Amino acid sequence: MANARRLEVVFWLCTLLPFVLTPNYLSLASQIAITALFALSLDLILGYAGIVSLGHAAFFGVGAYVAGLIAKHYWTEPISGLLIAGVLTGLLGYALSHIVVRFRHLALIMLTMGFGLLIAEAANSAHDLTGGADGLQGFRVPGVLGFKFDMFGRTAYAYSLGLLFFCFLICRRIIRSPFGLALRGIRENATRMPAIGAPSLSHLRKAYTMAAVVAGLAGAALTQTTSTVSLETLSFGRSADVLVILILGGAGRLYGGLIGAIVYMVARDQFSGINPQYWYFWIGLLLVAVVMFLPNGILGGFSKFLKPKN
Amino acid sequence: MFSSAVGVLFDGFAYGMLLFLLSVGLSVTLGMMNFVNLAHCTFAAVGGYCTVTVVNRLGWPFLAALPIAFVAGALLSVVLERLLFRRLYRASDLDQCLVTIGIAFMSIATFAWFYTTEPQSARPPAYLLGSVELMGRSFGIYRLFLTAVGLAITALLVYSLEYTRFGARVRAAVDNQRMARGLGIDVDRAFLFTFALGGGLAGLGGALAIEVIGLESTLPLSVILVYVLIVVAVGGLGSIRGSLVAAIVLGITDTAGKYYFPWLGAFLIYLVMVALLMWRPLGLFGKR
Amino acid sequence: MRYALIGPNGAGKTTLINLITGMVAPDSGEILLGDENVTALQPYQRVKRGLVRTFQINTLFPHLSALESVTLAVLERDGHAHNWWRALSAFSAASDEAAAILTSLNLQRHLDKETRELAYGQQRLLEIALALATRPRVLLLDEPAAGVPKGESAELFAAVEGLSSELTVLFIEHDMEVVFRFATRILVMVGGRILVEGAPQEIARDERVREVYLGAGHAA
Repeated sequence: MANARRLEVVFWLCTLLPFVLTPNYLSLASQIAITALFALSLDLILGYAGIVSLGHAAFFGVGAYVAGLIAKHYWTEPISGLLIAGVLTGLLGYALSHIVVRFRHLALIMLTMGFGLLIAEAANSAHDLTGGADGLQGFRVPGVLGFKFDMFGRTAYAYSLGLLFFCFLICRRIIRSPFGLALRGIRENATRMPAIGAPSLSHLRKAYTMAAVVAGLAGAALTQTTSTVSLETLSFGRSADVLVILILGGAGRLYGGLIGAIVYMVARDQFSGINPQYWYFWIGLLLVAVVMFLPNGILGGFSKFLKPKN
Repeated sequence: MFSSAVGVLFDGFAYGMLLFLLSVGLSVTLGMMNFVNLAHCTFAAVGGYCTVTVVNRLGWPFLAALPIAFVAGALLSVVLERLLFRRLYRASDLDQCLVTIGIAFMSIATFAWFYTTEPQSARPPAYLLGSVELMGRSFGIYRLFLTAVGLAITALLVYSLEYTRFGARVRAAVDNQRMARGLGIDVDRAFLFTFALGGGLAGLGGALAIEVIGLESTLPLSVILVYVLIVVAVGGLGSIRGSLVAAIVLGITDTAGKYYFPWLGAFLIYLVMVALLMWRPLGLFGKR
Repeated sequence: MRYALIGPNGAGKTTLINLITGMVAPDSGEILLGDENVTALQPYQRVKRGLVRTFQINTLFPHLSALESVTLAVLERDGHAHNWWRALSAFSAASDEAAAILTSLNLQRHLDKETRELAYGQQRLLEIALALATRPRVLLLDEPAAGVPKGESAELFAAVEGLSSELTVLFIEHDMEVVFRFATRILVMVGGRILVEGAPQEIARDERVREVYLGAGHAA
């Protein structure tokens, strides 16, 4: 236990290294932190509660658009924008949760995908509000708490990392609370839960709402650090990407999404020279390989390696 | 508005036939093995690209390319089934989704590598193009052709599934796999055949679709996959009749929506899908 | 009271438990718990009112430890399972109680083992432990000793016998030796209906029951 604690401290200290070691890559680091936060959100429902979602980008994108619209039409102070984006995506998540949690298997996959597509299509159609396919532009968030968003992305990374760390602490607490145990119970055996008096659907609704809030925060942070919102934030591609990232890192482990985001984003950056079309070949191969040979992701593989069966 | 209704109905029906060809294989394999295959449209894309190659590079006639597209789709599905899918029949839906999405990703990149990301086309012969006048209205010949092919294949499918020994085996395997095994039916083989047939029909559909919806490398994960999934989910797993009705309804709704409410885009279709799923999660014709 | 629910295969014993606990909705009729009509209640709401079951086929949490599983049931009972802002370690009363329940079923040496690593017989006991953690008033045990070797099933039923005397237990069991040893009342179910209900001695003498179990030929 003490060892695990030490490892966690080392991990978070390492997240500060980009400031010193790779100051030219701070924008990338910021994107990684945001993606990690998005993956963490998916982990809450998929890794812990066992709800498969192929439309999680809906919340990410809505958060991104809300933050963008606030910055464009009202004010540019980011933290309040972040909070409003979180609350609104939470409300959306809560509304959808009443439907989503009642389904399983193909219907669940289709429904989450359907809601994702529906919201993306709505954003596309509402051209006047969202800018449609051109995306939402023409605003700039100057800074946060008196620090300017500089061109090197120093403030942006600090902001994203701070948000990630804060949300991570909360998610960690959620996972290690009685509620977190109940979620694991649902994942482990949904039939047994009602027989021990557990209101599974209400638990799932709550988890889904929480995940929506976190995803909305991630989307909002992306908007504020890049000063633009594109339809891509709502796309099926983004839903699939975050799923890949989480599975790659290891679902149902707090650090799975974080490790997955680092590996995925750094690899994509390194191979950015090749056409993104080809990049997806390797992602596809990786997906097949991870499911077939490394069922618990990178972290699962590591822990197996570190703790040989006694 | 009323005069256009016949045209919309006709085009929608032809489009529905196409959707039926693309999705019926997925419906049957999903119903049989409960296997969520999100790579199903890869078979269609393979059929499409085969047609493009055969027609444009080898100069073969379009109609000769259609059987080749069928065989290509069937072959690929057999290879994938033997190599990968059969190990995943007992896996979770998530694992099935992930592996098949992975395959779709890989196929998209492969198509882009060989054929670029530009849309491809393979012109059907002149006698399939243009339109004919019937009772004062004009009908696209290619769409008539699509409808004819679709109806012929439906008839063939229904006949072979309802009136042949092979069909009886497949139906038994769909209904109750364990019981079918108990009766000595080689479920694995029945399933391989079904998979090949489904992949082949998707390949054929992909070839026929070039003229209607175009062919791009992203086809395996495009909106067509969503439409295929809608047909399967709404029609009910393993139900040919359900798939047919769902495909036709979807084809007509989509065509009508694009004609009368173009500003809604695909919104209407997604809305209908979500509503139908909530109402009947097992599909309109689903069992259990 | 300890009721035994017996009857030939397909008599509808498990279906009855499914109906009582709300896992299957009845076409007609009512389920009463004491004076309360619980027919419209969700399964988890019936559990909250003290109507609890176990499963014939192990229905457990494979990757949770025995202690975690039972603690979860205790937390759900006390309404703490919705709490996401306090650490699990703050609820030591719940885990202590869970440990006590497991100890009472002789599982104290396996508290931290993952459920899937427990021996089959221990998993059967964990089935009961989970039910007990909800503090039932009526406990329905669906073949608690299913698949347990004959010698060990007596041990399992001894644990059932040791439960609080205020608790009403109904168990399904095929081993008549066990039934007559542990039941205070016996219900015989045939073809979806209760054929007879009575004390063990009455049931042992009942001609109709003999007929069901031994066939018409032996009844004469």
